Amino acid sequence: MTMPQLDQLSACPGCGEPLEDDDRFCGVCGTDLRAAARQQQAGTAAPAPAPAEDAADTSGPATEGDFTLPPPLRQAPPPPLAPPPPPAPAAPPAPPADPRAADPRTAPPPAPAGPPPAAPPAAPPAAADPRTPHGADPRADAPAPPAPVPAAEEPAPTPCAVCPDGWVAADGYCASCGRAQPGERDHVERALGGVAAVSDLGLRHHRNEDAFTVSATALPDGSPAVIAVVCDGVSSSSRPDEASAAAAEAAQEFLLDRLPRGADGKQAMHDALLAAADAVNALAEDGTEPEPGRNSPACTIVGAVTTGGTLVVGWIGDSRAYWVPEEEGAAPARLTQDDSWAAQMVAAGLLSEAEAMADHRAHAITAWLGADAVEVEPHTRLFEPDRPGVVIVCTDGLWNYAETAEQMAHVVPGKARSAPLPSAQHLVRHALDSGGHDNVTVAVIPFPAEPDRAQTA
Amino acid sequence: MADFVKSHAPRFAVDVYQNAYLPQDAQEVNAIVTVTATGSGGLPVPADDPADGPRAAVVVMVDCSGSMDYPPAKMHGARRATGAAIDTLRDGVAFAVVAGTHQAAEVYPGGGRLAIADDSTRAAARTALRHLRAAGGTAIGSWLSLADRLLRTVPAAIRHGILLTDGRNEHEKPEELRLALDACAGRFTCDARGVGTDWEVEEVTGIASALLGTADIVAEPEALAADFTAMMESAMGKEIGDVRLRLWTPQGAAVRFVKQVAPAVEDLTARRTEAPPRSGDYPTGSWGDESRDYHVCVDVPAPAVGHEMLAARVALIVRDPAEPGGPPAQILGNGLVRAVWTDDLVAATTINPQVAHYTGQAELASVIKEGLELRKRGDEAGATTRLGRAVQLAHGSGNEETAKLLAKVVDVEDAAAGTVRLKARIAEADEMTLETRSTKTVRVKKKPSEDERYP
Repeated sequence: MTMPQLDQLSACPGCGEPLEDDDRFCGVCGTDLRAAARQQQAGTAAPAPAPAEDAADTSGPATEGDFTLPPPLRQAPPPPLAPPPPPAPAAPPAPPADPRAADPRTAPPPAPAGPPPAAPPAAPPAAADPRTPHGADPRADAPAPPAPVPAAEEPAPTPCAVCPDGWVAADGYCASCGRAQPGERDHVERALGGVAAVSDLGLRHHRNEDAFTVSATALPDGSPAVIAVVCDGVSSSSRPDEASAAAAEAAQEFLLDRLPRGADGKQAMHDALLAAADAVNALAEDGTEPEPGRNSPACTIVGAVTTGGTLVVGWIGDSRAYWVPEEEGAAPARLTQDDSWAAQMVAAGLLSEAEAMADHRAHAITAWLGADAVEVEPHTRLFEPDRPGVVIVCTDGLWNYAETAEQMAHVVPGKARSAPLPSAQHLVRHALDSGGHDNVTVAVIPFPAEPDRAQTA
Repeated sequence: MADFVKSHAPRFAVDVYQNAYLPQDAQEVNAIVTVTATGSGGLPVPADDPADGPRAAVVVMVDCSGSMDYPPAKMHGARRATGAAIDTLRDGVAFAVVAGTHQAAEVYPGGGRLAIADDSTRAAARTALRHLRAAGGTAIGSWLSLADRLLRTVPAAIRHGILLTDGRNEHEKPEELRLALDACAGRFTCDARGVGTDWEVEEVTGIASALLGTADIVAEPEALAADFTAMMESAMGKEIGDVRLRLWTPQGAAVRFVKQVAPAVEDLTARRTEAPPRSGDYPTGSWGDESRDYHVCVDVPAPAVGHEMLAARVALIVRDPAEPGGPPAQILGNGLVRAVWTDDLVAATTINPQVAHYTGQAELASVIKEGLELRKRGDEAGATTRLGRAVQLAHGSGNEETAKLLAKVVDVEDAAAGTVRLKARIAEADEMTLETRSTKTVRVKKKPSEDERYP
């Protein structure tokens, strides 16, 4: 699998401005350089920017280091309640819910009236793998439509991404070879000024049931706040992909609404997780027939908000957040505690962590978002890290291959704080290289949130 | 008849039950496809505008061979039963009665045409039945050919036959019956009944199978009238004819089999007609408000773990009855059979309960057939093994009716283990009943889902 490559352009295709290696957007005209680069090199494989570290050895036993640093604060001084700041531009728009992110098999055929839909990028003949990432940003998939066919009554059939002569039928499968087409969510990347996230199908799953949202906003005093939410659909539930997407979207919307109005960070996170739970519950009542033998739509959730001085995390389920300080030798920490069978066994003193994780029930979760969740009890924690670093927010598709805080710190690139997107790509690559047995999603949030960076979003 | 399709056509719901997950390199994909037709809501269909021609046409074929007089109750019962069937005809339905011997003769209305049912034609038909006399031989192919000629005279969407025989098809060669069945297949559907115990189970079930109808034994002539009434009611409940199951499979795939598995087992695999590209049609006959299950088994080329493929797409299609060979086909329902390759062995090795159930029901039908055949050939040990397995399967799947029929042929010692002994004396009617009804299946009960969640 290739990773979309950055930083390949020497000059902006929009205005000709010379570019620096790290530029993601043209400083003059604002062109999205990642999208432009992808369009230019459609499908050419290139090595992902790989930091120097070797892959961590994940076989070591869990250490006691987790949960020791940095200490949770007892109580953050509640910020003065301020009137809502003027809307945008201070609040950059969140990535909109992508309507195409739904399961492609249920997606309606393209409307005949519109321009022909953007064809998936032509896969090079050698690369028959339909999961080859075909664009981080949906906008990259939709360049100016090709010159419309005169009097096009029907949209031209979309060619199959797998076999040479098939086309994609209305139900999303190739009419010739029957293969499912790469989904919009098979590989997704987003980067804003202060945060980046990557989600990937992995090597063993047919559908990406993970989802994430990343965004930045401003607190009432004008200081930046950066938000990341990561969700993992419960694969034994109905439509887990829709559950995770709905939860990530709802939690973000809630935080984007409350944080600019000066809501308390922990309370806002708590309520955002409940809002996400409501959104997942609503899926169970939208009239769709439940899939036979499956539970109501369900997912896990973990969210993090960084500001100039604080870090709030909240979670339900077994998706995690880690603190990885930038300074060499400073202690990393796991910030969340799984709602899982293994964690409960360890917490109850019945098993060691190694014993618990070796059990086949280790990953069975004990709390989730969904209509049949017994009780939704969000966990939230507030931290005041005393030094710069990054927060890693991820699903078990990553942490299975970097379980402890030390292991995670070992695979996080040293320059993660200044290069969150390449770092997120690197972490996904680590998971895939280690087996990629699950969907893998990771968000990298620099701490502290920096005003100028957040504003560029 | 396009109007008919628009105004009366039922809706077809297609539900697919399968475990889509396959282990690495596995190629065989199994699914149970439940097709449920609804539309008339059980209400009687209003009488049709005569200008459109009849909606349905039925020909009743009554065995009038000499043996029907031994005992005379058979001929008497057949007359009564045919009268009862005629009484059940709805107004506006085209019908005829044919007397079958070593040749076929029109009893009513005659003249190579069909009558349109109303009070006066029904009364006239009943009068005509009085002239039925038992004399002559048995050539069932000729009866079916005459029924076909009569049914061709009207463009009815539902074309159905009801055939009664009491003896073997002695006065024509087996090939002649086969040719007649081939000619009639797809032209009309036909229920077949054997009265008494002197007929050949394979002949009667073969007719029903080829013409997509039901087969049964009516051992006692007194029971014929009720059975004929029920058959005619069922025929009158049909809303749409010549429905086909269209199976699309991807390139490189091979269809292992397509079987109807409920309400009875009927292997349709060999009856495929190609419908390019990559599709084939299997006949399902006519439909009223009813539900049937099909077991589809397809081999597909296996991609690597983590990939998903559409292994089959199942659609119900109907052709314009006036133009059975014509291309315009209306698609009435659609279902997807998926395949997802995974290294999750628990997921990949789980057998879907519906697939397991119907695999067992199909085996039940075949071990009964084998067991009875072995018994006839004097292989008691082989027969005991097969019928023991049948008892075990019927018991395990809750197929009470078949279990009861088996208990008349074997003494059951341990149903769960399949331990049985052949009965020393078996009534011929019991054996024929078991053989004729061996393909009847029961449906599976849904199971609750398990409760552990893994993200």
